[in-house]
Amino acid sequence: MTSSSTTVERTTGTAAPGRRGPAGRRGLAHSKIDSKRQWWGWLYVAPFTAVFVLFLVIPLAYALWMSLHNKGIATGGQSVFVGLDNYARAFSDPVFLSGLVRVAKFVLVMVPIQIGLALVCALVLDTLATRLSKASRLLIFVPYAIPAVIGALMWGFLYSPRFGPAADIFGIFGATAPNFLSSSMIFGSLVNIVTWQWVGYYMIIIYAALRTIDPSVYEAARIDGAGGLQIAARIKVPMISSSMVMILVFSLIGTLQFFTEPTVLRSVAQGAIPSDYTPNMYAFSLAFSYSQFNYASTIAFALGIFVFIGSYIFLFATRKQSGLK
Amino acid sequence: MRTSQRRGATLAVATLSVGALLAACSSGGGGGGTEGGGGGGEAATCTNEIQKPDATQVSVWAWYPAFETIVDHFNETHDDVQVCWTNAGQGADEYNKFSTAIEAGSGAPDVIMLEAEVLPTFTILNALEDLSQFGAGELASEYTEGAWADVTNGDAVYAVPVDGGPMGMIYRADIFEEYGVEPPTTWEEFAQAAQDLRDAGYEGYITNFPTNGNALNYALFAQNGWKPFEYDAANPTEIGIDVASPEAEEVLSYWNDLIQKGLVSTDDAFTSDYNTSLVDGTYAVYLAAAWGPGYLQGLSDADAEAEWKAAPLPQWDPADPVQVNWGGSTFAVTSQASDKEAAYTVASELFNNMDAWELGIEEAALFPQWNEVLSSDYFVNLEYPFFGGQQINKDVFLEAAQGYEGFAFSPFQVYAYDQQTQALYGMVENGGDAATALQTVQDNLVSYAQQQGFTVK
Repeated sequence: MTSSSTTVERTTGTAAPGRRGPAGRRGLAHSKIDSKRQWWGWLYVAPFTAVFVLFLVIPLAYALWMSLHNKGIATGGQSVFVGLDNYARAFSDPVFLSGLVRVAKFVLVMVPIQIGLALVCALVLDTLATRLSKASRLLIFVPYAIPAVIGALMWGFLYSPRFGPAADIFGIFGATAPNFLSSSMIFGSLVNIVTWQWVGYYMIIIYAALRTIDPSVYEAARIDGAGGLQIAARIKVPMISSSMVMILVFSLIGTLQFFTEPTVLRSVAQGAIPSDYTPNMYAFSLAFSYSQFNYASTIAFALGIFVFIGSYIFLFATRKQSGLK
Repeated sequence: MRTSQRRGATLAVATLSVGALLAACSSGGGGGGTEGGGGGGEAATCTNEIQKPDATQVSVWAWYPAFETIVDHFNETHDDVQVCWTNAGQGADEYNKFSTAIEAGSGAPDVIMLEAEVLPTFTILNALEDLSQFGAGELASEYTEGAWADVTNGDAVYAVPVDGGPMGMIYRADIFEEYGVEPPTTWEEFAQAAQDLRDAGYEGYITNFPTNGNALNYALFAQNGWKPFEYDAANPTEIGIDVASPEAEEVLSYWNDLIQKGLVSTDDAFTSDYNTSLVDGTYAVYLAAAWGPGYLQGLSDADAEAEWKAAPLPQWDPADPVQVNWGGSTFAVTSQASDKEAAYTVASELFNNMDAWELGIEEAALFPQWNEVLSSDYFVNLEYPFFGGQQINKDVFLEAAQGYEGFAFSPFQVYAYDQQTQALYGMVENGGDAATALQTVQDNLVSYAQQQGFTVK
């Protein structure tokens, strides 16, 4: 629109200088309409902006303000400005740092397992066109429809040494079941819950992306002699790379903010899951159990910084695949 | 141009009217919400029905079982004050809401149910009123010595005691009989009984030592003379921390030994596994507070053959018995209460008559701290069908309640409990020793206290 109007202006300008006047006026009118349009545009986004500012920007600003102050419980509730002291404390706080290392481990283990499983399921379902595939698609997706808290509570019972089925299953082979809620097993138990919950969701996204590929591409590949595996690895996966990057980002951010599942499971395994198991849980207990709202804001912000840096590096590294370049 | 302008105008009008509609809605909601706010202002709705709408309303947070009958009883017998009761969650759930309301500056109730162990945690946040200004000091003689010590600090009174948890030993008489073992009266006998039961073929555990036992573990340590905190609300920036004392080490080593021999289990308390084990014969003994029998009766899957008996808690030195307390609750008036005098009336009078206590004892299985009930024939001679008609108050809990002398908790009790749970769990899981576990707690608490601005003595 803008480029065409400038070309018109340029051509008319060079061809007949006498008509510059009206042409210029027309240009002026255009920009007036443009600015009016922009003004109306603000009105259209106003409802969203209001909610966004009220429930995201203002709380964030308030949390930032809080994170720059401190209030020790012994100092009689006096809030003092301490600048970046809280951040210095956070980045040298062994509890926070070990929580970060823990979620980093979860990222390294959980993200590849989830995405790998989701990709395999989606690719298999994409090639099948039977009634069975529809049923399996639904079955894999169902765990995502269960609220995370309910899912975690349910797994808490399944892991329970007394109520869970593990004792019976291992008993058949004459073995004793491991305690899934012990400190050595809890990591795997949590990975299992999250994977169970999220694979279906990621699978649906990948599956939808696969459906958008034109089948004639496969036909051409087949004529060129490509087998099923080759088509999957060389054609399907590269063609859906932008969706893959998107779910990787979802899964990365979700795992760095790990909270719900360990918090729920903590009610049956308080020793194995301390109140500061992940940075988010640490921030929660600091604020609501220990009444340290200032330092909790700092932890939340520090975690936010890590998530931002992590996501930025990841998006930068995958800018080619995601089409952001 | 004109059409677009008109369209724009129409849109603006539409937006405005939607906005006005939203505003109307929200103001309507606000109007509806103020009806119960005579007291706290924020308490929107009461769980109970207000019987005298013209009287001053006092909002109360509490989680006692069957509390509605007691609230109704109060409202019937009072003309100028009415209680508006809400259950804001049990224990930590309620405390989290309360501390958030304190930080926010509004949203707290007028009167709140708090366990004695968290009173210092909230007094240091200036969240509770000193009730001595309303003459609460005169109530001292009405309550047991230990309960009164727990709610006071010097002349200041931060809450009115309600119920307590004097400790005893509840055991399965049928199991002890079946395996031919005598119920223990000292901890030495207890360890021997644990071994004897196992040797006689009993497959369960004599009892459970939960690493997340918090107040239970505190009580067991305290029985041996453990005084972990020295804290005076009048001098709030100073604290003494002596968690890793020889007394605590002796008790913890004792339990660690039984755990490592496999005679005592270490299930987390208050989980469904633990609840089932309590009543299905997996544990032969339940080291319990006076509210324990009520807790047991609320559990399902109970062993039908079970024959329960209550006995005094085993002692370290039978010549010098020490009584301890686990749990128990109080009513405090919050600093956000709008009518503090009315709030004090509610806090002190909800449970100061026999009618309320009969309801509390029979419906909610509470153990009173109010001397008038404790000394009444009704309570002393009360027979409990759950214990085959045993008069457990006379036999066990009254003596335990009168013998309890109070306990000083820290002003960061939730943190202290979390640290203890971690250290005990680490000890059990890795086969560590008691001294190291206690020293870890000690070090963490000292650095935490300093970090929070305390001078550690």
